[in-house]
Amino acid sequence: MIPLAIHVRPARAAVVFLCLMLAACSTYSRIPSEASTVKPESERKEAPDFSLKDADGRSVRRSDYKGKVVLLNFWATWCGPCKIEIPWFIEFETKYKDQGFAVLGVSMDEDGWDAVRPFLADLGVNYRTLLGTDMVAQQFGGVEALPTSFVIDRQGKIASTHVGLVSKRDYENDIRTLLNSQ
Amino acid sequence: MISVRCSILSSVLLAGLALAPVLLGQIGQPLVVTPPLKAVAARSGVLTAKIAVQVRNGYHVNSNTPNDEYLIPLILTWESSPLEPRETVYPKPEMQSFSFSTKPVSVYAGAFEIVTRFAVPAKAPLGPAVLAGKLRYQACNDTMCLPPRSLDVRLPVEIRAQQ
Repeated sequence: MIPLAIHVRPARAAVVFLCLMLAACSTYSRIPSEASTVKPESERKEAPDFSLKDADGRSVRRSDYKGKVVLLNFWATWCGPCKIEIPWFIEFETKYKDQGFAVLGVSMDEDGWDAVRPFLADLGVNYRTLLGTDMVAQQFGGVEALPTSFVIDRQGKIASTHVGLVSKRDYENDIRTLLNSQ
Repeated sequence: MISVRCSILSSVLLAGLALAPVLLGQIGQPLVVTPPLKAVAARSGVLTAKIAVQVRNGYHVNSNTPNDEYLIPLILTWESSPLEPRETVYPKPEMQSFSFSTKPVSVYAGAFEIVTRFAVPAKAPLGPAVLAGKLRYQACNDTMCLPPRSLDVRLPVEIRAQQ
């Protein structure tokens, strides 16, 4: 048994080493310096259409934004992580508006505009905000946790989904990728 | 001896059956409530009910006195019953720091207790009763929040004559 073990161990070690090297190379190749979470076009699905009211009572449809890159953000006033992202979205709206980009906020507050209006004013939100419904949340897969955001391409297809607080750079990379690729 | 054991066993089983729907409804929730299996209250006395709460690891809930006007507080409310809720005492909140907040947030995490004291009227009907309440809370972890929820709290009580 002992001589066999001596012969087998170097071979096993070589295989393990090779596997580790391959895994390391594979992982490294998947970390670009400016990573975007945007899916390839062939894998994107049509974003559900909806009709929701904005703060002025006007009906807004998702399909009204066809031809634009849209960041659709589900949020609520009671959601701390959402509050971190909102200033980024205000900045994106200003920075990329002229390139065919728009942010659409969908508030899931049960108390409606009474809760949402003062919050939007406090944070100086410059993009359109709509009052969400459970039905629209269901259309987008349930939206059980907030924030949940969908980055939608100019064809109205979901290019990336972010659940929970992610980095500002992740969003910006997605937006730039979509603005530049179409 | 055997009849006493059977009586205890049947009481525990009945209490378990009464609580089963409530406990089953909490599966998958970030917060679980466990009221006492059964409480005994005497007419003209005070019943102190300790409600054990367990928040799932990694999550927190806002305290009953959140330090931000937009946050939803944890509140335990009781429906009308033969017993009169007089006072609900919440534990002292923890001030925790999170990556999503520039200032510490007033929260509860892990295991804690909420205590409600009920006054038992002199003419409260004798025998078994169930106190029904709701615990409203809103939970988050470090990166996301779940919608506000209300959990049913059911406390079986045996009301006895004044001691």
